[in-house]
Amino acid sequence: MPDYSWPAAEQRTLIGKRVSRVDAPLKVSGRAKYSYDYTRPGMLFGKILRSPYAKARIVSIDTSAAEKMPGVKAVEIIQKPGTTVQWAGDEIVGVAAVDEPTAEDAIRVIKVQYQQLPHLVSDAEPPAGVGGVPGPMSEDDIWDATDLMSPPQVASQVSQLGVTFKASPDVIDEFKKFGLPAEIVEAIQKAAYHPLAESSHSASWYQKASALHQGDPDKAFAGAEAVSEGLYGAPVITHCCLETHGSTAEWPDKDHLLVHLSTQNVSGIPGQMAEPLGLPAANIRQQQDHIGGGFGSKFAADRWDITAARLSKKAGGKPVRMMLERDSELQVAGARPSAYARVKVAAKTDGTLTAWHSESWGTGGPGGGGMPPIPYLFNIPNQHKEHTAIRNNIGPARAWRAPNHPQAAAITMCALDDLAAKLNLDPLELFRKNLGITGPRAENYREEFAIAADLMGWKDKWRGRGQDRSGSVARGLGLSIHTWGGRGHSSDCDLTLHPDGSVDIKLGSQDLGTGTRTCILMVAAETLGLPIEAISLYIGDTMYPPSGGSGGSTTIGGVSSSTRRAAVDAREGLFTKVAPALNAQPADLECVNGTVRVKSDPSRSLSWKQACSKLGAVPLTARGKNPDKSKPPDLTNSGVGGVQMAEVEVDTDTGVAKVKKIVAVQDCGLIIDLKTAESQCYGALIMGITYALYEEKIMDQLTGRMLNPNMQFYRLAGISDIPELVVHMMTGKGYDERGVIGLGEPPVISPGAAISNAVANAIGVRVPFLPLTPDRVLKALADHNLD
Amino acid sequence: MRAFEYATPQTKEQAVGLLGTKWGPIAVLAGGTDLLALMKDDVEQPKRLVNIKDIKELHGVTSSAQGLRIGALTTLGDLADNANVLQDYPALAEALNDAASPQIRNLATLGGNLCQRPRCWYFRNGFGLLPKDKVGKDLVAEGDNRFHAILGNSGPAKFVSPSTIVPTLIAYGAKVRLAGPKGNRELPLEKFYVIPKTDTEREHDLRPNEIITEVFIPAAGGMRAAHYEIRQKAAFDWPLAVAAVALNLSGSKVLSARVVLGYVAPVPWPSPEAEQALAGKVISEDVAKAAADAALQKAQPFTHNSYKVQLARVAVKRAILKAAGGAA
Repeated sequence: MPDYSWPAAEQRTLIGKRVSRVDAPLKVSGRAKYSYDYTRPGMLFGKILRSPYAKARIVSIDTSAAEKMPGVKAVEIIQKPGTTVQWAGDEIVGVAAVDEPTAEDAIRVIKVQYQQLPHLVSDAEPPAGVGGVPGPMSEDDIWDATDLMSPPQVASQVSQLGVTFKASPDVIDEFKKFGLPAEIVEAIQKAAYHPLAESSHSASWYQKASALHQGDPDKAFAGAEAVSEGLYGAPVITHCCLETHGSTAEWPDKDHLLVHLSTQNVSGIPGQMAEPLGLPAANIRQQQDHIGGGFGSKFAADRWDITAARLSKKAGGKPVRMMLERDSELQVAGARPSAYARVKVAAKTDGTLTAWHSESWGTGGPGGGGMPPIPYLFNIPNQHKEHTAIRNNIGPARAWRAPNHPQAAAITMCALDDLAAKLNLDPLELFRKNLGITGPRAENYREEFAIAADLMGWKDKWRGRGQDRSGSVARGLGLSIHTWGGRGHSSDCDLTLHPDGSVDIKLGSQDLGTGTRTCILMVAAETLGLPIEAISLYIGDTMYPPSGGSGGSTTIGGVSSSTRRAAVDAREGLFTKVAPALNAQPADLECVNGTVRVKSDPSRSLSWKQACSKLGAVPLTARGKNPDKSKPPDLTNSGVGGVQMAEVEVDTDTGVAKVKKIVAVQDCGLIIDLKTAESQCYGALIMGITYALYEEKIMDQLTGRMLNPNMQFYRLAGISDIPELVVHMMTGKGYDERGVIGLGEPPVISPGAAISNAVANAIGVRVPFLPLTPDRVLKALADHNLD
Repeated sequence: MRAFEYATPQTKEQAVGLLGTKWGPIAVLAGGTDLLALMKDDVEQPKRLVNIKDIKELHGVTSSAQGLRIGALTTLGDLADNANVLQDYPALAEALNDAASPQIRNLATLGGNLCQRPRCWYFRNGFGLLPKDKVGKDLVAEGDNRFHAILGNSGPAKFVSPSTIVPTLIAYGAKVRLAGPKGNRELPLEKFYVIPKTDTEREHDLRPNEIITEVFIPAAGGMRAAHYEIRQKAAFDWPLAVAAVALNLSGSKVLSARVVLGYVAPVPWPSPEAEQALAGKVISEDVAKAAADAALQKAQPFTHNSYKVQLARVAVKRAILKAAGGAA
């Protein structure tokens, strides 16, 4: 059997080097085509009428004026009278017209009568005593529970509490598809169905999860040498994709749908659109060249995409473009759940952690959501945890880069930092002291801490809380650590060698801007001994072999493994054809520098083109797969660590915090492209600064609407807000041999915690919640001065 | 965006003739950086746009012994680069460079900056200039007012005046010149701004059938001025507080001062209290602080914006010290 393993360090020609992304020229010159750019002659423009109310029953809908309007080609009611909408901006009616203004005019003449219902858009700490009894579980609750409990525990909770959804075969299939353990699925099928009671809104707004217990926290707290208490958390933020959500849908004939949907999940789209449209998935084709941001919010064909397809059908198959406006993007197309907690943490005077107690709450919109994985990373021996989910009317949550981890880090790492301050310990020492309870990556963290401390100059710069002041400028340092899985997803890859020497690769993957294209090409080029430019790559189309959605840092492990196996098999196939011409056995050959040659006698060689001509008239295609137990070794792996340190300056008169420097030290197994790996970290740090200091989905309690669905009040860091970013990737022994592991999520987990800790170190007091806005910083300072 | 009629007059008389007597149905288009966004958001729904960019006399900057005449269509970018501005009104150049992004500064005009609509998030989300809900609840007073006014806010208007440049212009003693059907008129810039009492009124004294033709800034003499903004982001962000200060000094003593606050009230907010606190004094940290305290003495914050009182105080203090040449 051929050797599929990754080449040894000394043999690598491309893997692990810094290679500029192959699509950079397209992107910087504006030639890269995004779904938003897809334009067809005769294309219609779709618009959606959205609910102005956060909670309301639709009483009646009259679309007659819109249907009669010249230029309007199709109208589609999305939610029928009698339905209760659960958030402002929810989709009511879709319209397709010859141009955008006409579609907007049509939307304005649709008459909808609503019966407004009381809403809740707050995620403030639940009043005492609410949600005392754990309620039935939503789909989200179940997924969240799997993060925290073993399958038998989750199954037993499901049986005990019942579920809020109908366990239809589709729902069950969905659970199975995403890997929910069989015993939980079974429990769901048997569980009692308790729909959320419309009549008792306030009662159903809060859902208390079962308390989780480990060790003997009461005893540990009673005997603790030091206890630190604090309030921590992170708000709901949006994904704010630069390219908004949406698609263009068209019917080339009555049985076939072609969509250009902005998605992280090219191969998964047909399956999602098939049922609502009553069309075989095989008749749906999805295409996408480039995507302008997803961050976890673009896995699904959304209701507006289904609507676009229906409008197109009604309009005789004409293409209908339905891309969200900026305000809709921010209101309905994705939000990261909030998480807040009152935390008590105990330790010995030397910093050894002994006990954790948290009462947490947060919202993921109408679904509620679960407890973030706290205490994050540090498996403190004695724990007591309670969580209350708030099911409110802010719109649905979606996975946001490293789901629940940034919130868990913000709560945990800030609590530990406060504990260190209370013990007059350098937090670096406290963290190092407790690495033993972080699990299998403890030694990696130790190495990473050493490098990070050096790059930050931690030893020289670090002072106790509030000790580094000049005038109104307070300086401080903070740190955090994080982990993630990142095992490669399922991926099929076809690699074809043509008799003329050209090579192409096809896979139904997508490049989120992370460098996926570049990495696929590097793996194939390395394996075939060719330059990257000699290979044509085709991705982003369901005509190509399926590859998993790009979520959970699973892409690089998946596509690099499937590409490696395809390239090795194609190479072996070529060797078989070429060997006679070189008077050698296939096993004696190698591909080096654009030649196929005999290992033991490189003078016996053919140029790549000559070699491929031996294929005869028919190209050779090899299918590589991940996972593929029949073609060992496993080329991907799971589990990474990272350490980050932030340096800030805070103006204590204005409360304005500025990040001066961030150091990120990160491992992710074998790195394919060092440059795009570093870029992933730079992007994550920028995103991290943004959610640490600026971002929040601000909801208006009175109107139930989002107040900042625009780029003025939904603040994102600008170029002047980005400080020196130092990224160090761990490579070499201890890392490379682990195989390829994803990197999308991990580096975005720690910035919020590290920056919050740095601000606390600077000003001498904790600002409880992100974002660290001037009003909050000033309030924390004022409260502190009152003490 | 709704359909509209588009007119491009060549003279200011033609322009004025195309305007109406009511706000709303007809709007003047200059740089369009604010108006077009408001139209896209359906906050403004003009049936006619009067594009004034072809009117030659509204362009250009001319300097004389009396001062600087700035055509209303001068872009913020051009004005920031103007040699006279850089030399004689450096605080204005700084205010201009602090405003918006380079792309916006290259399109936005000074006249448009004077007339831009408030950034109040209720207004921008379609709840009106003096936002109320269906049962008459004041959305700002009872809602999320973290960015709203702390001064001049006892009436129904609680938004903050949106220009970051106007406080500096007022500190320099700028006048605004308007053209209407009955000819031209001139106002001190601070008198141009009024606090509306009803939703049909505007935030300034411009009539629906008038246009701004130019801004005049008297010669600065030996005046020392400064502009100071407190923003969360380093650039391209709307400030939380603005202060502009101009000092007439005799030696190190203040003969007279202008102190104007921005982003604190529905109008640019000159502070005679701070001006008095400075008169006759030699600027020091304590004097600046006393003036800043005086400027904010009457502040009446809402439930969520008391931090702005502190920020405004700091802005005033730092602007005074900066104008006097001390550390900002």
